[in-house]
Amino acid sequence: MSTVKLTVNGKAVAVDVEDRTLLVQLLRDHLNLTGTHVGCDTSQCGACVVHMDGRAVKSCTMLAGQADGASITTIEGIAKGDELHPMQAAFRDNHGLQCGYCTPGMIMSAIDIVQRHGGQLDEATVRHELEGNICRCTGYHNIVKAVLDAAGRMKVAQAAE
Amino acid sequence: MYQTTYHRASSVDEAASLFAKSSEAKFLSGGQTLLPVMKQRLAGPSDVIDLAKIKDMIGVEASGDTLTIKAATPHYDVASSDAAKKAIPALAYLASLIGDPAVRYRGTIGGSIANNDPAADYPASLLALDATVKTNKRSIAAADFFKGLFTTALEDGEIITAVSFPVPAKAGYSKMPHPASRFALTGVFVAQTKSGEVRVAATGASQNGVMRVPAIEAALKANWSPAAIDSVSIPASGLLADIHGSAEYRANLVKVMAQRAVAAAG
Repeated sequence: MSTVKLTVNGKAVAVDVEDRTLLVQLLRDHLNLTGTHVGCDTSQCGACVVHMDGRAVKSCTMLAGQADGASITTIEGIAKGDELHPMQAAFRDNHGLQCGYCTPGMIMSAIDIVQRHGGQLDEATVRHELEGNICRCTGYHNIVKAVLDAAGRMKVAQAAE
Repeated sequence: MYQTTYHRASSVDEAASLFAKSSEAKFLSGGQTLLPVMKQRLAGPSDVIDLAKIKDMIGVEASGDTLTIKAATPHYDVASSDAAKKAIPALAYLASLIGDPAVRYRGTIGGSIANNDPAADYPASLLALDATVKTNKRSIAAADFFKGLFTTALEDGEIITAVSFPVPAKAGYSKMPHPASRFALTGVFVAQTKSGEVRVAATGASQNGVMRVPAIEAALKANWSPAAIDSVSIPASGLLADIHGSAEYRANLVKVMAQRAVAAAG
């Protein structure tokens, strides 16, 4: 057992876990943050994507101990109170989900994509960048639309700040 | 996953000494291969020693005619490094093709070459660029480092600290990625050194892991152009064959990827 100390959605936490615990297990089973999903459990599908120190990583392929000292943001941590994050709002407005299982990972990956590419996003780039996130419902069409829509909204939001 | 004990090393020496004190330790870098293997219970190390936070093992530096990538540098940082893009753009490009964005944030060059997966990207660049693998004990030429499938010259407890690449005159990389895993079905790295030597290495093709391709090297030495490879014949014997592609298919891919890599190198 080890005590893993990290910041999750802005809140400092210390959790006693077995060393073999995965980051996603710490989030879901110990902190009850079940918005982060486990899909394939083999780092292919991306349902488990969270941000660690601002980078989108697959939390099923990290030990909790590797995140010790890090700042983690999950899908629960991106809205401002009742106000959805622009990416969440864009997924809703563009019908970017059907069953919703992949959505938390899609949104966390998509925010990272927009942050890295800024306003330089086009459809081909979004499709290529989403290759680590698998959706079995939508055919990706509306997901890509949502990401492009959100890229514009995030730029506007940034300019307003 | 079996029980294990996690250690985070703060220096290469501490990592080596933790390893020596453990019964069956494994070094952990990005964990993008080791952790899936542990989750499948195909590996059950008593201890995992995390190298990823050792400051001396992170970074990309260009100095004169050498580009050095420290072993725990994630693929994303290589792909986006100005030093790498300037010195050896083909290498930064190769790093940008590994896995997917989330994997590139975690996976490292040291982990990739220590594992020596026969379909990994980095080994082709090391062999084609005649790179040197630096460890906590010695320097190993790439040609002596890769010893076959998942096998390297590393001794028990030896830690890769960096890889040094001589800056070539020209280089290019092209791969046919497996659509699900993004590993190379076959990938070819071509390089022309500043002294005019041509070196070509293929990954994902041979049953023995990464390999040089002398027939293509000879053709390119005579005429550095994609067309020069048209008449080269790559034998299928000894090449990998699986549900994703026959040995003959991969033999053809070696040619086609080499041609694309030469076109990209210019």
